[in-house]
Amino acid sequence: MLKNKMHLEFDSKSENESFARVAVAAFCTRLDPTIEEISDIKTAVSEAVTNCVVHGYEGKDGTITIECTTQEDWVTVLVHDDGVGIENINKAMEPLFTSKPELERSGMGFSFMEAFMDELEVNSKMGYGTTVIMKKRIGVINK
Amino acid sequence: MTTHLLGFLALNKNGGCKGMDYIYMITDDRMIISLNADLDHHVADEIRGVIDKIIDERGVKHIIFDFSKISFMDSAGIGLIMGRYKKIRGIGRIAVVGVNPSIERILQISGLHKIVKEFPDVAHAIKKMQEAKV
Repeated sequence: MLKNKMHLEFDSKSENESFARVAVAAFCTRLDPTIEEISDIKTAVSEAVTNCVVHGYEGKDGTITIECTTQEDWVTVLVHDDGVGIENINKAMEPLFTSKPELERSGMGFSFMEAFMDELEVNSKMGYGTTVIMKKRIGVINK
Repeated sequence: MTTHLLGFLALNKNGGCKGMDYIYMITDDRMIISLNADLDHHVADEIRGVIDKIIDERGVKHIIFDFSKISFMDSAGIGLIMGRYKKIRGIGRIAVVGVNPSIERILQISGLHKIVKEFPDVAHAIKKMQEAKV
């Protein structure tokens, strides 16, 4: 299948989390994913976008960017914020670790992204923001 | 036992809804919260305060989350359920009902299924909770 790409930019507001995951899921439907695969992608995108809202911009105004590419049977989703950045990525990716327990964050965000996608890459610099790149191969079970 | 059926008039006193993202019903010390919108960070933030206020003001001990109308929950839902579990631990129970395969995976991966009882529907959950009280 030919490469296909889409770009989304939206305000860092919690009500946009559902829009983001549904938009990415809809874009991926051309690859004919199973319901489970769509659910996986929605969960991973939701976690990444929530991280931007809660941690990247800490509830303040900002812009979140999503770039989604489909090529062959792979989906690549890039989620970016220009927020505060992550001080220690390895620590942030530890299961159950959260820097905001007072907000009842479960510390499962990155764990879910890792569990539901095939590849996960996190780049961040303090004061410059964070970029999460997730990849998933669609239709593995049927091939 | 005082039972209040959810109805338009009952909403103000024993139940409520906001923007139809959720509807709740209180019967004695039990609260049933039915989600109408997928349980993400946005909806979890909306519900958290409402549930805690009711637990504090109405003496609610048992909470049933009804997921039968939704198909999606992320880690924010885990945080919401865990937080309420900690709040009523020792005095009450939490149950989840109407869980679809997608939400079931989230419950399993997070380990939440070990501390929260799962039932097919609200009727089953109420029956089991009442039996447990005896």
